[in-house]
Amino acid sequence: MLIFEHSRAGRRAGSHLAPNAGKTADIPEHFLRKDPPALPEVSELQAVRHYTRLSRANFSIDTHFYPLGSCTMKYNPRACNTLAMLPGLVDRHPAAPASHSQGFMACLFELQEMLKEVTGMLAVSLAPMAGAQGEFAGVAMIRAYHDSRGDDERTEILVPDAAHGTNPATAVMCGYKVREIPTDAQGDVDLDALKEAVGRQTAGIMLTNPSTLGVFERRIEDIAAVVHEAGGLLYYDGANLNAILGKARPGDMGFDVVHMNLHKTFSTPHGGGGPGSGPVGVGERLLPFLPIPMVGENGDGYRWLTEPDCPQSIGRLSAFMGNAGIMLRAYIYARLLGRTGMVRVGEFATLNANYLAARLRQAGFELAYPERRATHEFIVTLKRQAKEVGVNAMDFAKRLLDFGYHAPTTYFPLLVPECLLIEPTETESKESLDGFAEAMIEIEKEARTRPAYVHGAPYTTPVRRLDDVRAARELNLAWSGKQSAQDDVPRPLKRQPRVG
Amino acid sequence: MSEVPETLRYVDTHEWVRQEDDGTVTIGITDHAQQQLGDLVFVELPEVGRTVADKEEMAVVESVKAASDVYSPLAGDVLAVNEALSEAPELVNQDAYGDGWIVKIRPTDPAAAEALMDAAAYKELAESEE
Repeated sequence: MLIFEHSRAGRRAGSHLAPNAGKTADIPEHFLRKDPPALPEVSELQAVRHYTRLSRANFSIDTHFYPLGSCTMKYNPRACNTLAMLPGLVDRHPAAPASHSQGFMACLFELQEMLKEVTGMLAVSLAPMAGAQGEFAGVAMIRAYHDSRGDDERTEILVPDAAHGTNPATAVMCGYKVREIPTDAQGDVDLDALKEAVGRQTAGIMLTNPSTLGVFERRIEDIAAVVHEAGGLLYYDGANLNAILGKARPGDMGFDVVHMNLHKTFSTPHGGGGPGSGPVGVGERLLPFLPIPMVGENGDGYRWLTEPDCPQSIGRLSAFMGNAGIMLRAYIYARLLGRTGMVRVGEFATLNANYLAARLRQAGFELAYPERRATHEFIVTLKRQAKEVGVNAMDFAKRLLDFGYHAPTTYFPLLVPECLLIEPTETESKESLDGFAEAMIEIEKEARTRPAYVHGAPYTTPVRRLDDVRAARELNLAWSGKQSAQDDVPRPLKRQPRVG
Repeated sequence: MSEVPETLRYVDTHEWVRQEDDGTVTIGITDHAQQQLGDLVFVELPEVGRTVADKEEMAVVESVKAASDVYSPLAGDVLAVNEALSEAPELVNQDAYGDGWIVKIRPTDPAAAEALMDAAAYKELAESEE
């Protein structure tokens, strides 16, 4: 039931804040609305009950183990939230002058420095508002670099077939053609195919390392040499940075630009709009093109670096300086961990993934890359179960919900049939990993003894198995205000063609 | 086990080709391909009149699981597209070799289809993946 359906004309809740006296805006009279907006009219208790009920219907990292591969759903320490909410930070107006923002700017400056160190890059801009914008900024800088040299023959971005779907989408957004590079049987980029694909048309390559197959790209230095020799640049997708945090650095591997997902690796809130934060770091070649504003320091304080300081910048990506509240949480997280803690994140993320992979393998599950050591995540393929008893990866995923576990990522990466991509993260205890393994073993038994029961899962969630085919074919995103949710008649919407 | 009609030709990217009497070819994705993809929710069709190269991406099929490119098995001009798929992508799942056809092409080389994989060869490929 939507909150609009609880609405009764005239019902009110009191405001907790003192009303603003007098006119505060100079909006001309004829622009002011005459009728009140169509907002739900409910009591405070109704609003509290409604949203509490919704929150209880949800799976979240605060309530459940959430091994969603490639998403790094780690615990968000409460301390980060508490400290980022200090009045001096929360009450700062985004348009306040730098002279009144020195504490806030010091946090951002130090975060830039820490991200530089952890990625091995020369400079970092915190401006991108989320991972997708970080990717966009990264490839836009690659484009700006080639343009600044008058090198306009470079029309292609290389993307391994194991990449996140966002990579080819970003390349297309920046006006490039995408050329796919195959993966070999061991999960590494096919170096011979790469050598054949590079040339004068190569603007760059977009790589995730460790890859979405959950393995470390072993020939990364050879890849870097091949691409650089052809005049292309290397872009590092920071989606899987958690695995190598404090252990290996993209800058040392030869990457020219990286983006980081602070909402993954630096433990800021994640999902449901986050909001995210996708800082970019660059090496020497891309230094002049970083997005603005950044924070600079000149001995007697911090200042914003803007257009006059960075004339070749790709520009601004939002009205202010990125998602400030999220950057503060990431800053506090990094400060709380310190240098030694940062190394332990990478170590324990990897240890947890390898422990869980080993337990599942011992229990008879098939790993997609059994010869490879898992990084922070690994892939189980349920190909055999699907073939023998007709219980597939989606059935396992749905049944896991009944056991109190958020499902791992299903059917991604596309290269592995019937796959679950499992990322436990470093914040889970051995007991929660054991519990998950036991649930998988139990579901395997159910799949063999009563497959129809597994097909019907989940049984314990607020809604049962959704018809995701109908949901995709007949998108219905707007409440019409007339019917209740039960007799809602979906109106088909025309799908937009995809990019990439 | 998926269906592989004897009379059609195939390519390793899982498209089928039917040689028509008038020298044109009809193209779709195989039964094996639709089974692997699962229920389709969207099909993006090429424009009629477009010239496609051999192995060029010409359409996109999207399921709940994934979006995949459909490659042209041979070079030629697009004569017609199956408009019904815009409203009913499920036709590909229901009848991959019939109502679920995707495009009709006039091949640049009229004999091009004959060089493609026959049913026995494709069956082997599909089985190795199942």
